[in-house]
Amino acid sequence: MSEQPSKLHCRRYWQKNITLVMILLCCWFVVSLGAGILFRDWLDANLPKVGNAPLGFWMAQQGSIICFVIILYVYKHMMDKLEGEEGFTSKK
Amino acid sequence: MSQDYWNYIFIGLSFILYISIAVRSRAGSTKEYYTAGGGVSPLANGMATAADWMSAATFISMAGAIAISGYDASRFLMGWTGGFVLLTVLMVPFLRKFGKATVPDFIGDRYYSKLARAVAVLCAIFICMTYIMGQMRGVGVVFSQLFGIGIPAGVATGAGIVFVYAGLGGMKGITYTQVAQYCVMAFAYTIPAIFIAIAMTNNFIPQLGLIGDYTAGTADSIPFLTKINNINSELGFREYTSGNITTMNMFCITMALMCGTAGLPHVIVRFFTVKNVRAVRTSACWTLLFIAVIYLTAPTIGAFSRVNLIEKLNNISYAETPGWFKDFEETGQMAWVDKNNDGKIQYYGPGKSESGTSSPFIGSKPTYPAYDAPKVQRIGINGERLLASKADMTNPNELWFGNDIMVMANPHMAGLPKWVIALLMAGCIAAALSTAAGLLLVLSTSISHDLMKKIIKPDLSDKEEVNYARIASFVALGVAAYFGINPPSAFIAKTVAFAFGLAASSFFPTLLMGIFSKKINKEGAIAGMLAGISFTLGYIVFFQFLGGKPEQWLLGISPEGIGCVGMLLNFAIAFLVSAFTPSPPQEVVDMVESIRLPDDPNAEEGSPPPAIH
Repeated sequence: MSEQPSKLHCRRYWQKNITLVMILLCCWFVVSLGAGILFRDWLDANLPKVGNAPLGFWMAQQGSIICFVIILYVYKHMMDKLEGEEGFTSKK
Repeated sequence: MSQDYWNYIFIGLSFILYISIAVRSRAGSTKEYYTAGGGVSPLANGMATAADWMSAATFISMAGAIAISGYDASRFLMGWTGGFVLLTVLMVPFLRKFGKATVPDFIGDRYYSKLARAVAVLCAIFICMTYIMGQMRGVGVVFSQLFGIGIPAGVATGAGIVFVYAGLGGMKGITYTQVAQYCVMAFAYTIPAIFIAIAMTNNFIPQLGLIGDYTAGTADSIPFLTKINNINSELGFREYTSGNITTMNMFCITMALMCGTAGLPHVIVRFFTVKNVRAVRTSACWTLLFIAVIYLTAPTIGAFSRVNLIEKLNNISYAETPGWFKDFEETGQMAWVDKNNDGKIQYYGPGKSESGTSSPFIGSKPTYPAYDAPKVQRIGINGERLLASKADMTNPNELWFGNDIMVMANPHMAGLPKWVIALLMAGCIAAALSTAAGLLLVLSTSISHDLMKKIIKPDLSDKEEVNYARIASFVALGVAAYFGINPPSAFIAKTVAFAFGLAASSFFPTLLMGIFSKKINKEGAIAGMLAGISFTLGYIVFFQFLGGKPEQWLLGISPEGIGCVGMLLNFAIAFLVSAFTPSPPQEVVDMVESIRLPDDPNAEEGSPPPAIH
């Protein structure tokens, strides 16, 4: 049995959670609204193509979705790890 | 064996599967009825959520929308998948930890107010109702085509089937049926895409074909996207890879779709069915992966079938058109108006006429002469089906097709075997039924739990509550079926498209602030919700129904994207009002504190499954 997490653990857990969410939401914004819409023309013109597709167009139709899946996987992995570190998972 | 027999076999088999799953896993208690007892595995819940999310409209029409508008349709692709990221990192783990059965439950408790709960119930009912009407209509259309019955009988059949397993089986029955439905949908969507990718680009992975070379032509292979851009420019359309919508507007629409997705009650409740907060995150990963399979395929189907359709039909004389063209002409999904009387089909975009239009006839959909009209009014000199709609002579375009044709005609165009077409039919029905069932459950629990038990009659017993839920789902289905048969034409059709904006400006900010701020009180939340939704609704009504002109758009934002501004308004008002009114009571602050933490490590089973109080 692990011990009940202390107040300190709880606060630190929440802080780390917020930091992680913020970082992931930045990635989320950059790959979709950023690369797919706001900076799309610049990406199309200046960066290498993906196969035959201009990068901005590809990000909007394919790349952003692939990135979303990766973002969620990272979130799941990091949160599970964080819970272990701060004593929120029981060691059976 | 004829196509009809294949259709009957596939659809019959899939129905037997759904119903037997529903009967085996029917719900016995409120807990099972609302949240399947809270013990569904993350993988199964991921599949079920994906099936719930893919509505008939998405399944049938999304690829067509992409084929027609190219880059501009990316807003749907990014909006409806990106919303899941917001949903997962900002919403569901905390709402699951809170441990109640419905979304209005959270709003009612967090904002310690019956008024807030009532507003939330109304929003939930409104959003679900507009959605479910479209689903019933979709089921009705597919059934009526399959069995040659009228749309009313088709809608009634669909409603009966949904009632059997959603109304009786509750969340438990629905969840396991949706798992089967997702499998049917995924196969039905990807198999035709693979075949057409091989035909067009000689690559069996459609996503690689899209960025690869076009190899179906006789000349040297050229990049596929160059090919489709060339076709579009030649015929007077915009380039496929460039957009028509302004960057600002595109940004706002995509944002509104994303935040709207994260505020949809029928998606949120799906995550209440798994064991604990940890399982919620795993399940969300699976869900997005399953959705991505379909959303990554949609742009490939759109692009491939656009090229295929144009190559097969443009500048071809009617007598030489493939058989499927005549079939779809018969069902009214495609139409040809021979404006220049040369007997050939010409397809042109708005760039080829001075008026900038490209509709072959006047009006948005073709109309036909009555069946008992004289033959000369029904059949043209080339044997084509004549329209009752008048030809629009301001442009040279002669071909019309609906959005759903890109998915429905895809197997025909690619010359696939009959069983693939039957599989596609079964997939369409699975998409409509699974979404309708999920929505129906939210509707019935909103009425029985949030309205009856929490507001009107608090001493309801467990068993009575389930009975109320069943009665409510029966009534809701009746209303939805009625509107499916008699669609309140313009109004509802337009409102559905804006449901996301409404969800983004009402539910999303209120839930978000409820979790991440301890300062927002009931006055702030209610004022914010009302301000957000009335601003968004007012803007939509003004531009859609009161004749507002696009030149008057605020900052150039179309009504589709205004939910984004409504959302900011909601945040601003809620913070402002909360700053000048009393803070929330201590027990609410404690509650917010507790939902932020993961499961209690000392409890054997993780956090208890949602309890019904």
